[in-house]
This record gives sequence, structure tokens and C-alpha cells, in this order.
Amino acid sequence: MFEGIQRGLSEALKKLRGRGRLTESNIRDGLREVRRALLEADVNFNVANDFINRVTERSLGQQVLARIDPSEQIVRIVYDELVKLMGPVDHSWRFAKDRPTVIMLCGLQGSGKTTTAGKLALTLKERGRKPLLVAADLQRPAAVDQLAVLGQQINVPVFTPEQLPSGTPRTPVDVCRAAVEYARRNLLDTVILDTAGRLHIADMPMEELKQIDRQTRPDQVFLVCDAMTGQDAVNSAKAFNEALELNGVILTKLDGDARGGAALSIKEVTRVPIRFIGVGEKLDRLEEFHPERMAQRILGQGDLMGLIEKVGRVQAELGQEELRRQQQKMAEGDFTLDDFRRQFDTLAKMGGVRDLLSRMPGGLAEMIPEGEDPETALKRIRGMIDSMTKEERRNPDIIDISRRRRIAAGSGTQPQEVKQFLIQFEQVRTLMRQMARMSMLDRLKMMVGLSKQGLFDPGARIKLKKGDTGHRKSAKERAEERKKKRRKKR
Amino acid sequence: MVFRALFEKIKQGLAKTRDLFSGVAALFRMKGRVDRNFLDELERRLYLADVGTVATSAIVERVRQAFLDKEITGDVETFVKAELRALLNAPLPGLNYAPSGPTVVMVAGVNGSGKTTSIAKLAYRCQNEGKKVIVAACDTFRAAAVEQLTIWSQRLGCDIVKAQQGADPASVAHDACEKAKARQFDVLIVDTAGRLHTQAHLMRELEKIRRVVSKQIDGAPHEVLLVLDATTGQNAITQAEIFTKTIQCTGIILAKLDGTAKGGAIFAIKQKLGLPVKFVGVGEQLADLEPFDPEAYVEALFTR
Repeated sequence: MFEGIQRGLSEALKKLRGRGRLTESNIRDGLREVRRALLEADVNFNVANDFINRVTERSLGQQVLARIDPSEQIVRIVYDELVKLMGPVDHSWRFAKDRPTVIMLCGLQGSGKTTTAGKLALTLKERGRKPLLVAADLQRPAAVDQLAVLGQQINVPVFTPEQLPSGTPRTPVDVCRAAVEYARRNLLDTVILDTAGRLHIADMPMEELKQIDRQTRPDQVFLVCDAMTGQDAVNSAKAFNEALELNGVILTKLDGDARGGAALSIKEVTRVPIRFIGVGEKLDRLEEFHPERMAQRILGQGDLMGLIEKVGRVQAELGQEELRRQQQKMAEGDFTLDDFRRQFDTLAKMGGVRDLLSRMPGGLAEMIPEGEDPETALKRIRGMIDSMTKEERRNPDIIDISRRRRIAAGSGTQPQEVKQFLIQFEQVRTLMRQMARMSMLDRLKMMVGLSKQGLFDPGARIKLKKGDTGHRKSAKERAEERKKKRRKKR
Repeated sequence: MVFRALFEKIKQGLAKTRDLFSGVAALFRMKGRVDRNFLDELERRLYLADVGTVATSAIVERVRQAFLDKEITGDVETFVKAELRALLNAPLPGLNYAPSGPTVVMVAGVNGSGKTTSIAKLAYRCQNEGKKVIVAACDTFRAAAVEQLTIWSQRLGCDIVKAQQGADPASVAHDACEKAKARQFDVLIVDTAGRLHTQAHLMRELEKIRRVVSKQIDGAPHEVLLVLDATTGQNAITQAEIFTKTIQCTGIILAKLDGTAKGGAIFAIKQKLGLPVKFVGVGEQLADLEPFDPEAYVEALFTR
């Protein structure tokens, strides 16, 4: 009954591709697919429908652009609308001058408040602030301990209920109030309140939040929301916003494969902007929210912008000198296995390879063989290169069967794999030569091409692409081609 | 009756948020014939419960074929509910206990889904059935996760096996198995660190824990329960898929069903993977873990 699989928009729009121009009927067709993509990304049903209705109206009035693929034009319109809806985001901080700035975190159970509190403290500390973490989650067992450990890791003081004088009540409200006072006395300028997770429909706990709000008068109230949240995101966000008047939303667990439609729903329903996103368990994995990237993610088009930025950063690290040298080499076709290995290290520097792949459009991550970790695959290749002599690295052509066996033994691989890799390397080298003369974007596209050719897949057979001759070949031509191929094999 | 209690609880939660779903007329009280309007409304309900595109279109299509242009009567209601119920199938109630020796229950899930709390509730449940329970704190990664489970074990008065933060979780599982065998515990519940299913190395770690357990005790783990957060949307399907592939899950604990979320992804999960929901978490108290009742669940989907 449920044979269908979840798929991104690019897949869904394939059928529209090459249909000539934008007409009313293909706008409607296209937007139906867009709606489906939004719903699969967990955008709230009502939000998705409203959105599509709005976009339909706007697109119908659009100028028809001749010679542009209708699907692309629709995606462009939708993308622009999504960005407009989720943005703009003001990333500036406003701190109080004469008293500690108070930031309060709230959210459902398990949304990631405590981890986010730690991440926020680290971010602020790096900006030269003196944060104080406040453990106001007295509900979940050991939540206070958890925050204390996190504080220790990043060297930020943590205010716990034990610091209240004995005999006085220790409700979360008391803890928060005393913590702000403590910060004032100890010249800590930013207080981060980590409150207990609670259900938006539980009266008592929500009342407690309101009390903390009234007593500590936070400058910023952030809702912490799990990016995997489904249709319910609007309900909880709405309830929290009504109770507290949120200043921003922090979307967590975006390092997974959730498409994060909740971001759109929350913004649409509450008008509260998304400020940060959590992209990993480590405390430095908090990033500013960019509507452009989120729009791409929701549409399933891959985070190309993020990739471009990342590549730029790593390239800066590589240093202009090295870059020029490598480009020179590539252009001359002088690219050796040593250089190749260096490229791998660069790739590793870019962060997890899986992460990198998942940011690229075209469902690249799926091309990695089943059950094979791309990082492992890269490690194996690195092992092979490391097991070669200097001479072999400079001139791989001298690698014969006995050398292959030695390399395989040295890197814990099979001689077959070594051979496979060397063939692939030769292809990469050819590509590199072409790449040296390309713009940045074209280079990215080329990287996609590379992995299609099995760069990250040393064990697999080479994926040959069928060439397109532009015309249908006659039987005679086909026979000739077969003959040629046979000759080549020999 | 358990079913009543659960139903009431979910209904209570819903009553509070009725205003959040403003202007929704009771679906089956609609007048007239089964037409586009009715089908759109049915679709809306299913989507809002996170049932998802594929399952929703399938169900709506069936109703359309069977009832289009017929009067909206109790039959339609019965049919829709029966359809949904059939998709869920009643699982074997409760845990699958080992015929002899300790029963090992392994619990896994993504971060913040509610594993530790569910384990406490599950342990409480087993204790009430007169079982001698021990828990293994294999979440050695997250700060204070071991402390969290320790506090629960103290409240429950059950044994716990733990190691320092950063220790190898598989070794903790190993020690726990030894202890469970040596001291004749009836049930060993293995807590694991929350992990996103996309983290391949962490999934392998989970696989290793499973392997170690299975080598220690015959037939173990007897249950591998995946904790899903009911507020999670379509990503729950991918989670279930990858966790099941890695550690052969035997059932789901659907946590946080006391909110306004329905966790409708379980339909697609059941259909795609055959993975049934075994328990639902309906509150913060230890007693708030109940066996899954498809009837009550389907009923709650339409009670607003």
C-alpha cells in the first residue's frame, strides 16, 4: 500500500522538465509537486496550503520567460518566497549596558535546551561576553549535573540550586532570580536560563515559565525546537509564544537528515524569526540561521550555499601559494598521487565527508555503496597512497602486479582494489586538468561528477556514463563501435 | 481499563488545545455526501496527525473509491477507523520474555526522544509484574546521562551497572549481562546514548552493543525497542528504517503522546517495516507507560 518513498523536489519535478514554457497548467502541476515536497518536509498542512495558494497567485501573474525550464522557474519562485517568508534574520545581539543581559531558553522535553544552553554560552564567550549558565531544570533527573559538566567543559560558571542559602525555597523561579542577582554581584554580563522541558498544554509548568519571565525580565526568550518535529510544531510554538512572547527560535538536530519544515511552520504561525541552528552534539556546533540554506533544504535541493562557503573557508586555509601551485600542476596534468592525498586531507578538513556530500545537490550521499562509510573509503585510499614508494607516487604507471600486491598488503586492501583505485586516479587526473580552468561553481559541479565516477567508491566497478552522440546511430555505426570497444579491451 | 484511561488522557490533552485547532467541525458529523470537501477534510486530519503523504493518499483514495457520493453515515466512520486500525494490527501485548534466564531489552533512539524516562517506566512496569530488574547505563557519552539513570534506579530501587563517562558502552553492556546472569535477574534493560541515525560510526557502536549482548546471553536481546518522539514528523520513518536495519528493532515505544502530537508516522512505519508500537508514553509519572492499543489510538486521531 505504501510503495512510494520520500523524495525531494528535484525528483518530483523531473516530469516537468523539458516541457517548454511556463503555462497556467504546468504552474499548477509544478506547485502540486512543491506542495508534496513541503508536506514531506513536515511543513504544517495548513501552512503549506496557504503558501501554495499564495505562490500560485503570484506565479500566474509572472512574466513568461521563454526558453527557461518551467520547473526551474517554479522552483525559483518558490525558493524566493520561502526565503522571504523565513527571513530576514537580524543576527545582531543587543546587550543591556547597566545590568546583566538575561537570555531564557524554553521548549518541549528533549528538544535540546541544555545542550543549546552550553552552545550559546560558548558562542557568547567567544564574543567576549562573560556568561553565567543557570540550571533551572529541576524536573529531569541529573539535568543540573549535565549543565555543570557542560559548563566545566567550556569554562563557564554554572549557577545551581545548591548555591541558594539553605533553608530558602529552591523552585526554578527562585533559582533564576538568585542567579541574576549572583551575576550582577560577580560582574557576569550574560545570564542564560536553562529551564525544564514542558508540554505546552500543561497549565502548571507553563505558569511557572511565565513567573520566571515576570521575575527575571529576560532580554531574549528563545524557543528551542527539534528540527525533526512534525505537524505539531505550530501548536507548541504558538502556545509558547502566547505565554512568553518569544524573541527567536533555535532549531536543533539539523545535523540529521530531517528536512526541517518546522522552521517554515513556526515562522509563518508565530512570526518569530529563527536565530540559530544546532548542527552537532559538540558544543561548537551552533550556527546562525540562513533562510536561503533552509529553503534549499526544505525543497530537497541540497545546501549548495553552505558548501560554497565551506569550500571558500578551507581554501583560505590552504593558502593562496599552495593553491596556485596546485592549479599550475593540475593545468599541466602534472597532478601526482601526493597531491591527490593532500586533496583528501583538505576534504577531511572540511568536516565529515558524509556531511559534505549531504550538502551537495543530487542525492549524492546515496551514491556511496550500501553499508560503506565514505570516511572509511577515504581512509582506505589514503592507506594505499601511504603504502607506495615516492617513485610510485610520482609515476603510478610503474606499478605492476608485484608492486600492487605489496601496496595492498601495506594498506590492508586487496590488489584488485589498488588497481581499481589507480584507474580511477587516472580519470581524476584528466578531470583535474579540465578543472583548473574553471570557475568555482563549475568546479563544484565537477566534484559532483567526480563522485559519480566513483571517486569515493574504490571497491566498485567504474560507473561508465553512456555518451550522447546527439543522433541515433545506424546499425552500421553501432557495429563499428562494438568492434572498437573489443579492440580496446584486448 | 487501560484503554479507557489512555483514551481519557489523550482526550484531556486535546481538550486543552481545542482552540488551537479553531474551526474544525467534527469530521463524521459533517452533513451531506462524501464529496471533495469531506475527502479534503479527512486528508487534512491525517496530515495534521503526521500520517504523511504516502499513507494519507492511500487511505483517502480507498475511502473515495468505497464511498464517493454516498451519504455520510456511521458506515463511513466505521470504515475509515477500521482501515486505519487494520494498518496498525495489534502487536503481541507486553514484552517478549525469555523462557529462562534473564530477558534483555535494548532501548535505542535519537537524542531527546525520551529513552531514559521510558526505561524508568518500563523497569517500573516489569517490577510491578514481579520481575527483578537491572538497568545498564550504556549512555557513556552525554554529560550526566549516567547520573540521570542512576537517580531513576534509586527511585525504583533496582540495580544498575555503570561506568565512567567516556567508557566503551559495549563493555558496560557486557558487565551488565554477566551480572544479570550471575545474580539471576529477570530483566536487563540496556540504555544507549541518543544518536542521529545519520551518524554511521555511532550506529556501528550500537550494532556492537547488540552483538556483545547476543554473545553473552542466549537469544538476547529479546526485545530491541526504538523510542520515537510522537512530535517527530516524517523523519520518524527514516529513523525506524535505519535503526531497524542496524539493530533489528522488535518494537516501538511512542513517547510524549500526552501532548497534542499524534505520531502518525507509525502507520507508514508499520506498513514499510512491519515494526509495531508496543508501548506509548502518556505522561511524566512512572506509571505513564501503557501497552499500545490501536483502537484507542485511532479513536484519538479523530477526537478533537
